[in-house]
Amino acid sequence: MIELRNIRKSFGPREVLKNISLKVNEGDVIAILGPSGSGKTTLLRCISFLTTADGGEIVFDGELFRANHSSRKDILRYRKKIGFVFQDYQLFANKTALHNVTLGLTVGRKMPKTEADDIGKKALEKVGMLEWSDSYPSQLSGGQQQRVSIARAIALNPSVILFDEPTSALDPKLTGEVLDVMKRLADEGTTMIVVTHEMEFARRVADRVVFMEDGLVVEENTAEEFFANPKDPRSVDFLRGIQRGVSQAD
Amino acid sequence: MDARILNELVDSFWKLLIPGIRVTIPLTLLSFSIGLCIALAVALVQVAHIQVLKQAARFYVWIIRGTPMIVQLFVVYFGLPSIGLTLPAFPCAVIVFSLSVGAYCSETVRAAIESVPPGQLEAGYCVGMTFTQTMRHVIIPQALTTAFPPLSNSLIGLVKDTSLAYSVAIVEILATAQRIAARTYDYFWLYCEAGLIYLIFCTFLTWLQRKMEKRLERKR
Repeated sequence: MIELRNIRKSFGPREVLKNISLKVNEGDVIAILGPSGSGKTTLLRCISFLTTADGGEIVFDGELFRANHSSRKDILRYRKKIGFVFQDYQLFANKTALHNVTLGLTVGRKMPKTEADDIGKKALEKVGMLEWSDSYPSQLSGGQQQRVSIARAIALNPSVILFDEPTSALDPKLTGEVLDVMKRLADEGTTMIVVTHEMEFARRVADRVVFMEDGLVVEENTAEEFFANPKDPRSVDFLRGIQRGVSQAD
Repeated sequence: MDARILNELVDSFWKLLIPGIRVTIPLTLLSFSIGLCIALAVALVQVAHIQVLKQAARFYVWIIRGTPMIVQLFVVYFGLPSIGLTLPAFPCAVIVFSLSVGAYCSETVRAAIESVPPGQLEAGYCVGMTFTQTMRHVIIPQALTTAFPPLSNSLIGLVKDTSLAYSVAIVEILATAQRIAARTYDYFWLYCEAGLIYLIFCTFLTWLQRKMEKRLERKR
């Protein structure tokens, strides 16, 4: 459904993405893992055109988009097929939870308000936030805000949802409630690309793991295989490092 | 202060208040409204990074902020006729005051827009909205809430600056006080009274500002 071909990006002399290619099929849940600075977030931002790549192509539902110069119109059309969940939620602070979810429908797609409200309420119900419809973001906890932002993404009925470290700003309890919602979406067959540091989530929910380091895809594997028998020595190092971190935290 | 002066001051109070209501207030409101539109446009050009317009906007702000308003008034009112463009005094004043408000407030509005987390603009893109749509529905409403106190400051400043219109033969509060005093020679008391009228206007605006701020606070 989505195919990335040779996505490249540098910031000054630093090459952040070195020819990344990746194929995502419908219904896939892909976890992108890797140490900080490995280019995971940049990759996600290039996929959504929030950062313009230096080169490469994205094939989406059979249509080819050039990652470095697509027209504004094409990007707008392309973006209507994707949902994006930010690390720090980025809810619209001047809108209630419901309006956050419906704004893309009423303004971006010119949908009548009543119809948009119906869809918005269903989306909020799915993430367990219906009773907070009229609350402003500042009145919600981090976990609640992130659930609203997930509702905002699913209300648009995108082909794929990109998650950029959706739980790294949350404490463990709030992390749990967000991961539950994401697991439910995965079980329903939503196509998801998730940049995460949550190994448990990657292990349990993801179909495939993409391990990145220094702007390269070092290993691509099924989640099961990746955690049980990582192939690349760098993956082994990374997983060992995490285990050490966990045992130290205990 | 004897009874004669007191009588005269009571009498002249209304004579000063009327040009205040008829000239100072319309001049202020009209100039401020136009000025705000200019400010918003100039600020948007800068945050949208439209290169040519951005340079033009900077040039405009540079000229207006770098020259005294009274000089600008003289250029427009006394200067333009010599190159064949004669305008009545009131429109001249509106032009100069609007341009001034536009230049000063554009910086306020730009800073307020930049104070809204840029992630909200990206979030707008990601739900399929354009730059303009996101600005209109998300960023500018928040920016105006932030900009409200400094903008109120500019409005209050403008009320007082309109007294400069005196210099281009507009009969506003100060000019009226001067005319009355020229007859009675009570300059001290009449100029004080003119000041009092401005003080009343500005006190009312300060009170209004506080009330509006509380309302905006509740909406957050």
